[in-house]
Amino acid sequence: MTELFTEGAPVEDTKAPDGPINERWDKRRFGGKLVNPANRRKLSVIVVGTGLAGGSAAATLGELGYQVKSFCYQDSPRRAHSIAAQGGINAAKNYRNDGDSIQRLFYDTVKGGDYRSRESNVYRLAQVSVEIIDQCVAQGVPFARDYGGLLDTRSFGGVQVSRTFYARGQTGQQLLLGAYQALERQIAAGTVEMFSRHEMLELIVVDGVARGIVARDMITGEIETHLADAVVLASGGYGNVFFLSTNAKGCNVTATWRAHRKGALFANPCYTQIHPTCIPQSGEHQSKLTLMSESLRNDGRVWVPVKKGDTRKPADIPEDERDYYLERIYPSFGNLVPRDIASRAAKNVCDEGRGVGPGGLGVYLDFADAIQRLGRDAVAAKYGNLFEMYERITGEDPFEVPMRIYPAVHYTMGGLWVDYDLQSTIPGLFVIGEANFSDHGANRLGASALMQGLADGYFVLPNTISDYLAKGPFEKIDEDHEAVVEAREAVKGRIEKLLSIDGDRTPDSFHRELGALMWEYCGMERTDAGLRKAIDRIRELREEFWTRVKVPGENEELNQNLEKAGRIADFFELAELMCIDALHREESCGGHFRAESQTPDGEALRDDERFAYVAAWEYTGGAPVLHKEALEYEYVKMTQRSYK
Amino acid sequence: MKLTLKIWRQKNAADEGRMVSYEIDDVSPDMSFLEMLDVLNERLILDGEDPVAFDHDCREGICGMCSLVIDGTPHGPEKATTTCQLHMRKFKDGDVITIEPWRARAFPVVKDLVVDRSAFDRIIQAGGYVSAPTGSAPEAAAIPVPKEDANKAFDAATCIGCGACVAACPNASAMLFTAAKITHLGLLPQGQPERYDRVVKMVDQMDAEGFGGCTNTGECTAVCPKGIPFETISRLNADLLKASRG
Amino acid sequence: MSRSTPVATRPRPKTPSPAAGPLKRYRSSVGKKAVMAVTGAILVLFLIAHAIGNLKVFLGREDFDHYSHWLRSVGEPAIPHRTFLTAMEVVLTVAVLLHIWAAISLARQARQARPVRYAARPKAHENRYATHVMRYGGIVVLLFVIWHLLDLTFGAVNPKGGDAQPYDKVIADFDPSRWYITLFYVVAVILVGLHLRHGLFSAVQTLGWGRQRRYPAVRLAADVVAALLVIGFVSVPVMVTIGVLN
Ligand SMILES: Cc1cc2nc3c(=O)[nH]c(=O)nc-3n(C[C@H](O)[C@H](O)[C@H](O)COP(=O)(O)OP(=O)(O)OC[C@H]3O[C@@H](n4cnc5c(N)ncnc54)[C@H](O)[C@@H]3O)c2cc1C
Ligand code: HEM
Ligand code: HEM
Ligand code: SF4
Ligand code: F3S
Ligand code: FES
Repeated sequence: MTELFTEGAPVEDTKAPDGPINERWDKRRFGGKLVNPANRRKLSVIVVGTGLAGGSAAATLGELGYQVKSFCYQDSPRRAHSIAAQGGINAAKNYRNDGDSIQRLFYDTVKGGDYRSRESNVYRLAQVSVEIIDQCVAQGVPFARDYGGLLDTRSFGGVQVSRTFYARGQTGQQLLLGAYQALERQIAAGTVEMFSRHEMLELIVVDGVARGIVARDMITGEIETHLADAVVLASGGYGNVFFLSTNAKGCNVTATWRAHRKGALFANPCYTQIHPTCIPQSGEHQSKLTLMSESLRNDGRVWVPVKKGDTRKPADIPEDERDYYLERIYPSFGNLVPRDIASRAAKNVCDEGRGVGPGGLGVYLDFADAIQRLGRDAVAAKYGNLFEMYERITGEDPFEVPMRIYPAVHYTMGGLWVDYDLQSTIPGLFVIGEANFSDHGANRLGASALMQGLADGYFVLPNTISDYLAKGPFEKIDEDHEAVVEAREAVKGRIEKLLSIDGDRTPDSFHRELGALMWEYCGMERTDAGLRKAIDRIRELREEFWTRVKVPGENEELNQNLEKAGRIADFFELAELMCIDALHREESCGGHFRAESQTPDGEALRDDERFAYVAAWEYTGGAPVLHKEALEYEYVKMTQRSYK
Repeated sequence: MKLTLKIWRQKNAADEGRMVSYEIDDVSPDMSFLEMLDVLNERLILDGEDPVAFDHDCREGICGMCSLVIDGTPHGPEKATTTCQLHMRKFKDGDVITIEPWRARAFPVVKDLVVDRSAFDRIIQAGGYVSAPTGSAPEAAAIPVPKEDANKAFDAATCIGCGACVAACPNASAMLFTAAKITHLGLLPQGQPERYDRVVKMVDQMDAEGFGGCTNTGECTAVCPKGIPFETISRLNADLLKASRG
Repeated sequence: MSRSTPVATRPRPKTPSPAAGPLKRYRSSVGKKAVMAVTGAILVLFLIAHAIGNLKVFLGREDFDHYSHWLRSVGEPAIPHRTFLTAMEVVLTVAVLLHIWAAISLARQARQARPVRYAARPKAHENRYATHVMRYGGIVVLLFVIWHLLDLTFGAVNPKGGDAQPYDKVIADFDPSRWYITLFYVVAVILVGLHLRHGLFSAVQTLGWGRQRRYPAVRLAADVVAALLVIGFVSVPVMVTIGVLN
């Protein structure tokens, strides 16, 4: 294994305050330096991404008086992928008086992350969660309300309290529109300058410090340099390395990967979350997967035929020839086991040849019992819109035939390594939202990503970045500074290269192949042999990509295939690192399941002795260097999860 | 399935543009409309032709990025469905399908089927927000909102900013989009302080962008993928009249 | 295909400064609609009164002529002869002019808002005929009113000439031999009815009273009023032409 990577010095989070955990955030805020309001105008910040994290950060920094430049690849900041989040957002408000507290949200998150996240960060997240709801309500986010006019909550993802605030099935949309409107307000006020349809393609690092980005105007093809005193990346997750995922088509790793290549450490790349209830793939042409809310598992029963290769219609399969496998294996949690467990169980029965639907990649989620018990109307009231969505996509009516579901890649816990201040290992480069590795450890709880994105953007970053900016004024950098020219030329060179190959395969065909490879070997279950094989195949495929890809058109126009090709090129490099990370972590934890590390009855087996650390990888061009950040638990005791 | 596609091709904003016909034969009814275009594009790339540019991102009906006027109807024949959620089983073997971009002066064509909808962002900039700087918020439970108001505000807030309403309106009016935001914020207590100022500024911006005026045709709500109600327009009118009276 | 300057290159409109005085607000697209609704409502009130007045023709020559006379002498001697009628004419003229001004400028704005038309015939989902009926129908109605004034008010085109009594003018006008005049009136009145069918509904929406649960009732009411007016108006010429009145 040593030939694949080397180990370097450990990393340390030097900003993390100590003392009682509930005082640490206060302590850090008090210890950080501030920037006088009159000086803020002279300081500039670039924010890449307008999702919940980037949108809220850019708006807040603008309100504070900094000069902000905001970037997104869509035609409007309102379309960032956060818009797709359905379920809700957690906050320790305890409006239900059901025993919730900051302490409990903290505890649930650390445990849910399978003891691979930092206590200090998670505690701060739980503290700030309360303010997020206040902020969003003040902006006019139409959260669900009860008949008394007060905010409604629901329970989510296996926790025992009702702390999830929601806006029907469109919570992400409503929260994002709140942040977007705050952002547009600052754009009108002139504090934020917006660059839509601009894709960041390189980070500019001058004397070891982040000072700007190179971006491509996606309409004219112009390669622009934007310089600033600090750069914030809020560019989202990289689940699209799998080609098929629940992410939007444009989600990419380019922004963070480019920063990684310039020296930012990439942490825990192998931690991916696979969501159990997605609509299965219907054919070769499929371009993305659609999530069906997890709430369906409250009333639907999951089953497959007992016999292998049983092609009878579901209705023709008698009760005693059905295997309600979740209820069988996990009698106490049944259909409601956590995401990772439900996903893996589905994979296992399909691997046994008992899967249903095209290609045998699906299991039934059956509402027949619920319809009989509650009546058709009650089921329609609860899940009507989801049933309609399912029918639109599959052409099948879940009232008549059981739904078919299958797990799909949904979220990436890994990302650029950041300290307590959310600053990466490159000074002046901050990373927020799904793009960083921070708060979810090896597995994210439902409704916690929205919480983290907004915590980072509204409350954490605007406070911590001032400690860095207070070091200013910074030396002025010109467009023709050596480092700037080099970054710009590198981008141009890459684009020229991609356009000149003129091979015989389309960018998408490579992406599909890479995705299939990753799904097979670095998906729900990983093995030593499989990962090694994958690394070899990825390298071959990458070679082939750089010799056979065909990118039509030119740079000086809207060129969607050029955009794709650039993203895929970075996915190839990321994919290899993901496999190396997965290979070196010889334990199972959260979203990372190593077949070699399981309990006698097939459950994930952590190895806290050897792996209770964050794996932060350094880019070298050759074998990456592993830096470990040790994780210590003072407030939560590490235990093995069990859902039997 | 075998289909004939008549697609608007336009190299860039300065180009004249024209309809071009394509034959496509390996279409499966399970494909989404955009996947069908993906298949066409894969073929065009290999044939050395320029693939068709179209906007899309989430492909699950929520980001508002996808567009396309399909046989004269924005987002195609299925009600309350975005183009990305439209599936080929709604079409028949041998169909001829016409695909055009949104047509409006305020939405200039960028390339092929891609248009520039930044006018919508500027309408929001003009006042489509609540001024609530981060940190200044009162306790969330301090102001109850009647459930019915909250629900109606939510119905309006679900607008995805796709622009189909403009594309469908015989006057190319952005009224439904603007009214959706006015209604969302106008029904909530948080939106009250800026309510009348907001409507004046947003309507002025809408006119300045070059959209047409609304003559209550109702085409917009009929094609809106989120079913933004027609009454939002009347609510906007009421607020504007109230603001005008002083 | 017609096409104006490449729109993507046109300068971005800036947010206009909030309008100065309250009157200026009525120059926005929404304000113009309010002007149309209010002037339209005045015209409708006139039409209702006019239809009722016309029906007096069935009560006989005296009643009808007396009514015409009354219009001119109402309020005498407190106010001079013809004050009421003149005032009414002034109000009507102003209303018609404002109504037409708003209609024209909105139509122009709408035409500019969509410089490139769709290749596929847009599918109508709602009462799309409304825009056509409103604009082109409106013009026909205007032409009709001009003819009608020359005919029954000034008598310039009336067989009996300007000085005859109203009853005689009406009888002469719709004489069976002049069936084409009757036909013209009937067609025009039906157009007015169609205009009002949408116009009445539209005015409710424009004035801010439109709500989802009221729409069915408003549509029904608009249809009933329009139908009653059409029947009321049409009955006079038709009855004369078929010889019931002479
Ligand atoms: C279907 C679905 C449902 C979900 N439901 C929930 C839920 O119910 N609750 C929950 O808590 N979480 C949920 N999640 C997870 C959550 O939505 C995301 O983790 C979160 O929204 C990420 O926000 P973000 O701001 O970090 O990034 P994003 O919202 O992904 O934004 C990324 C931004 O970066 C920009 N960008 C990216 N690359 C570049 C580049 N190279 N150059 C310029 N700009 C770039 C994009 O334009 C975009 O503006 C869900 C996720 C999915 C896929
Ligand atoms: C003289 C020529 C006329 C023209 C060119 C004209 C034109 C129009 C137009 C274009 C509209 C807007 C249509 C819409 O909302 O879609 C309209 C509305 C209306 N018109 Fe007319 N019209 C004329 C005469 C009349 C008359 C004679 C009456 C009444 C007796 C009338 C009553 C109305 C009403 C009530 C509306 C509704 C206003 C609104 O939409 O808020 N119009 N007219
Ligand atoms: C079809 C049946 C109609 C008949 C029989 C009819 C009859 C008359 C008569 C007799 C007069 C003259 C009244 C007088 O000078 O004392 C008159 C005036 C007038 N009519 Fe009509 N009319 C009809 C329809 C309409 C319609 C549909 C409109 C409008 C759209 C209209 C608008 C007017 C106007 C504006 C005047 C002038 C009123 C004035 O002098 O101030 N009429 N009509
Ligand atoms: S109102 Fe409807 S059609 Fe118009 S932008 Fe919003 S969602 Fe799209
Ligand atoms: S279609 Fe157009 S006319 Fe008004 S009601 Fe809708 S904006
Ligand atoms: S692609 Fe997002 S709504 Fe269609």
